[in-house]
Amino acid sequence: MTEQLVFDRPEVIADRATHYCPGCQHGVAQRLVGECLEEFGVVDKTIAVTSIGCSVFLYNYLLVDSVEAPHGRAPAVATGVKRAKPDNIVLAYQGDGDLASIGMAEIMHCANRGERVTIIFVNNTVYGMTGGQMAPTTMIGQKTTTCPGGRCAEREGQPFKMAEILAGLGGVAYSARVAVNNAKNLVKAKRAIKHAFQAQIDNKGFGFVEVLATCPTNWKMTPVAANERIECELIPYFPLGIYKDRLNEGEGC
Amino acid sequence: MASESRIFVKGNEAVVHGALAAGCRCYFGYPITPQNDIPELMSKLMPESGGSFVQAESEVAAANMLLGAAATGTRAMTSSSSPGISLKQEAISYMAGSRLPGVIVNMNRGGPGLGDIGPSQGDYFQSVKGGGHGDYRLLVLGPATCQEAYDLTILAFDLAFKYQNPVMILGDAIIGQMKEPVIPWKPAPVDSNEASDWALTGAKGRPMRLIKSLYLEDGALAAQNIRLRDTYKAMEAEIRAESFETDDAELVVVAYGSIGRIVKSAVRNLRKQGKKVGLYRPITLFPFPAQGLRELAQKGKRFLTIEHNLGQMVEDVKLSMIGLADSDFHGHMPGSIPSPDDFEAPILSALERSAS
Ligand SMILES: Cc1ncc(C[n+]2csc(CCOP(=O)(O)OP(=O)(O)O)c2C)c(N)n1
Ligand code: SF4
Repeated sequence: MTEQLVFDRPEVIADRATHYCPGCQHGVAQRLVGECLEEFGVVDKTIAVTSIGCSVFLYNYLLVDSVEAPHGRAPAVATGVKRAKPDNIVLAYQGDGDLASIGMAEIMHCANRGERVTIIFVNNTVYGMTGGQMAPTTMIGQKTTTCPGGRCAEREGQPFKMAEILAGLGGVAYSARVAVNNAKNLVKAKRAIKHAFQAQIDNKGFGFVEVLATCPTNWKMTPVAANERIECELIPYFPLGIYKDRLNEGEGC
Repeated sequence: MASESRIFVKGNEAVVHGALAAGCRCYFGYPITPQNDIPELMSKLMPESGGSFVQAESEVAAANMLLGAAATGTRAMTSSSSPGISLKQEAISYMAGSRLPGVIVNMNRGGPGLGDIGPSQGDYFQSVKGGGHGDYRLLVLGPATCQEAYDLTILAFDLAFKYQNPVMILGDAIIGQMKEPVIPWKPAPVDSNEASDWALTGAKGRPMRLIKSLYLEDGALAAQNIRLRDTYKAMEAEIRAESFETDDAELVVVAYGSIGRIVKSAVRNLRKQGKKVGLYRPITLFPFPAQGLRELAQKGKRFLTIEHNLGQMVEDVKLSMIGLADSDFHGHMPGSIPSPDDFEAPILSALERSAS
């Protein structure tokens, strides 16, 4: 019987082990981005803007021209890149502390201007790299190193629902929330990421995908339990779905 | 270098015309007095010339847009005034650490805090000593006339790309707001290969490129900072200063920018009265033109530094001449614009002290 290769590594993804913790889904999200860039045939015209935190090392795994942004500023840096090089595909990859806390102004204005960029937003409900502090997306009751008694709505506010918030802005062509916790969701996640790039390629506006992802280390859970938490706890508060899609103007999607 | 007819413009506008002549393709700004003429004129001229103008949501964003455009090897600029420059320092530090060129204009106003909207030289330290976090320097140019604002802006773009480092134009509310005739000139067209060995353009036909300031591996940051140090040393080739009536002067006044120009009038007036005074006006504020001062000190001159602040550049003046001479200091406080007459008494009293 001859062997048939049915699943391969996209060439744009480096042939090296990632430094991410076991069960971390940054690697999954990054692979999906790589697959989409290859399928569009835009790898060699893509410029990535990496942010801070565990996300920053995207450039070690996704082999496209890349620039590092200061904490939270990736949407502004991406704006500068795109304005200077309108014919390139511009991608920014940000964590939840980065995008929804310190960088809240930059993301809102970049989206509202309708910059032709694609932003992949990894929501793991904590600050990962700095050791698991409370993020703007931390769930009510979730314990972190800076809310040891659990996040309290009266004290710390409600977790931001970025996919819904951004969908309300005029410049946004596509906004969706996905998860990568099972095969079904993975397929949908890839479709959403593709649409977010399509919005840029078709010059329709700003494309955004929020990816619910695990951080087993800071959640102090096994990878399997972390994956279950996505299903049981996160998705009920952060519903998956497409919150805006102007790819086929007037036709719906 | 064909000269065209003269234009009558504010210093702020001269900067814009200089930037366009230098091939600036992107401008990112945020309103703050006294530099609003720059974003206003840019919003008209930049799109007309096929470039991009963005009114950013903040100075933080504007400077980070500059970082992004610079990473593609595009000639780009931002401008602001003191409180806004404080906000830009985050991105400026990252640009220095990432070896990215870009031009930042600071039309210095009074501070600290919200201060006032009048002229000041209170941002000297912030401009020439780094300003943001980490061990870095900007190349800093201090124009004294609208013509110089035009000329130095063109130079700023060339130097930013030559040294792959941010360059700052340090003006103030006087130079920004005053109108003078300027003779525009066209520099040689920008070399389309000037950033071809490092710019991000998409990795077509070559391995990916990475522009970053994070250096975690053992010794990597040390190596990067040594490269930066060598760059700052190499920038000394760009040192510029104006010497006016210094040959037979007993007292040399050291002043830069608008204050340098006002001091020049005071020196001219005092010369008419037979006083042996001169002016040394640094034009590159970093690297500081120390050698010229040392040479004057070796000739036995005495010094007075005049600034529109409590005394900042005077520290560089003193360091330049250490072991050879010292410098008196006179500071005009922000909140008013000095006239040449305001400087005559301090210059005369320094001259008398010198003689004694
Ligand atoms: C201005 C600034 N403040 C704070 C930090 C420290 N810092 C590094 S990573 C990080 C959090 C990143 O969290 P998140 O965006 O959720 O990304 P993750 O690590 O979870 O991927 C912080 C606060 C910094 N680098 N810069
Ligand atoms: S700390 Fe969390 S986000 Fe960072 S690599 Fe580990 S699991 Fe992933």
